[in-house]
Amino acid sequence: MKSILAVLTVVAAIVVLWYAACVPMNIKGVLVEAERAGAEVQPPSAKDRRDMSEFGLTINNNFAIPATWEQARPRLPAPHQVAVELWNTTVGKKITSKRSLIYHGWVTLSATLLGFAIGTGLGILLAVGIVHSKVMDMSVMPWAIVSQTIPIIALAPMIIVVLYSVGVQGIIPKAVISAYLSFFPVVVGMVKGLRSPDHMQLDLLRTYNASKSQGFWKLRLPASMPYLFASLKIGIAASLVGAIVGELPTGAVAGLGARLLAGSYYGQTVQIWSALFAAAILAACLVALLGLIERMVLKRMGIAS
Amino acid sequence: MMLVVLALLVWIAGWWINTRLAEGPQAGTRAVQLLVPVIFGVTILIVWELVVRGLQVPLVILPPPSMIAERFGSSMPILWADFSQTFLKGALSGYIIGCGAAFLMAIAVDRYEFLRLGLLPVGNFVAALPIVGTAPILVMWFGFDWQSKAAVVVVMVFFPVLVNTVAGLRETTAMQRDLMETYAASYWQSFFKLRLPAAMPFIFNGLKISTTLALIGAIVAEFFGSPTVGMGFRISTSVGQLALDMVWAEIVVAALAGSLFYGCVAMIEKTVTFWHPSQRG
Repeated sequence: MKSILAVLTVVAAIVVLWYAACVPMNIKGVLVEAERAGAEVQPPSAKDRRDMSEFGLTINNNFAIPATWEQARPRLPAPHQVAVELWNTTVGKKITSKRSLIYHGWVTLSATLLGFAIGTGLGILLAVGIVHSKVMDMSVMPWAIVSQTIPIIALAPMIIVVLYSVGVQGIIPKAVISAYLSFFPVVVGMVKGLRSPDHMQLDLLRTYNASKSQGFWKLRLPASMPYLFASLKIGIAASLVGAIVGELPTGAVAGLGARLLAGSYYGQTVQIWSALFAAAILAACLVALLGLIERMVLKRMGIAS
Repeated sequence: MMLVVLALLVWIAGWWINTRLAEGPQAGTRAVQLLVPVIFGVTILIVWELVVRGLQVPLVILPPPSMIAERFGSSMPILWADFSQTFLKGALSGYIIGCGAAFLMAIAVDRYEFLRLGLLPVGNFVAALPIVGTAPILVMWFGFDWQSKAAVVVVMVFFPVLVNTVAGLRETTAMQRDLMETYAASYWQSFFKLRLPAAMPFIFNGLKISTTLALIGAIVAEFFGSPTVGMGFRISTSVGQLALDMVWAEIVVAALAGSLFYGCVAMIEKTVTFWHPSQRG
């Protein structure tokens, strides 16, 4: 109860700070509009105002404060503007419309899920190989660990262009980027998980005269589940980032990344913020969904505490 | 075709050597543990070179490693300018500011129970979000130069460091804290002598995660607008010109910078947390 109250307080504080920040951020633009509309502005010339601090302007022209929350193209849109835009572009539009965020979200989500499925599948396969073959462990594992310190997202523009020049386009290039971003966390987590049974448990299976594959299916795989889910949660967030970044360099026309890019080209800040929030909500839903599956699976297996 | 067959032979030879090494009597020694991944990496490079030359893969799809190395050597000045713009100015300054701010915030969060209950779930939530998306907004606010890149990096590294530091500061046991109490230690004394050292492994965990995030943030932010220098700028324009050898050279720089940065932080960790079981082995 107390923690819910605390979270709500912090969220409320963030919203209040946000509204407060809108005033100095937007005041110059508002004053220009007010001057054009014929209002009395202190100081009157735009040249004097340019060098003044935003706070001084706000104190001199406090009549303009409400307008800072209502601008069409603010530097920082107010929370309610973003909320209204989100509502209009999700519920207010048909989902087939090019301006619907659900349509754009789906474009990104489908690439994310496809890439995530490929990356996770390959990651688990490689992890199984690493656990069962000492050569693979010694040759591949150091590279898998090192690759996590490399900003592999720098490869994204090249992958898109190269695949395009081979004739592959649409969802596949983005999915490839998503796949390799989720690949390495899954490999590292899964190897850790498959190695997690201790000597006692492995010895017990040996006394049962269990074969290697029996040991894998009945002990190693179940024991790896908590580790797998932990890395899946990291992997899906990385996949989403990959799909969004994959939409940037080609000037894609659909998808959340394309909305971000178009918004930044045309100065449509409200559109950028609503796309950003849509991406955040999507990420939160995906992670929460995985958390739910994790809880159900682990409960079914009797591991959950 | 000869080259492709040769590539196959090299692959088999490399794998054979590694198998012998990994299953031989020397497998546990440090030299072999270093040698095996190196042989694997070199084998891949040779196979790549031979296959690309043998199948005459067009340069716009995949340049051979020798060409990338040549380009790397011949455009050192450009690469260094890009590196200093993106890494030294953008990523590093943002990393220091972001980690410092997160550390101070974590102390405040740790001090006040209410703040911890409220801010930590929010922090955990934000840490999982695609924060790279704030890049266009921050580029719009701070201009095209390195300041906007540093701002993106600050936002990206803030929450991982915050969450890890707060978790670390709660790491001490009741027994240890009671001991400090019996010494009549003040809050700051027990903070500096007990809780901060105990938190170090967690703090460094956050710092290590953040090294990669910092580079990603600085590079991706340049896709949204940059001066005519920088790693992200060079990658996106070279891709446009189909100069893929330049792109790969830039990726080599990014990989080197990323692993060296991580290595430096890991090295500092080793000297600071020498007492921790994970460092003693």
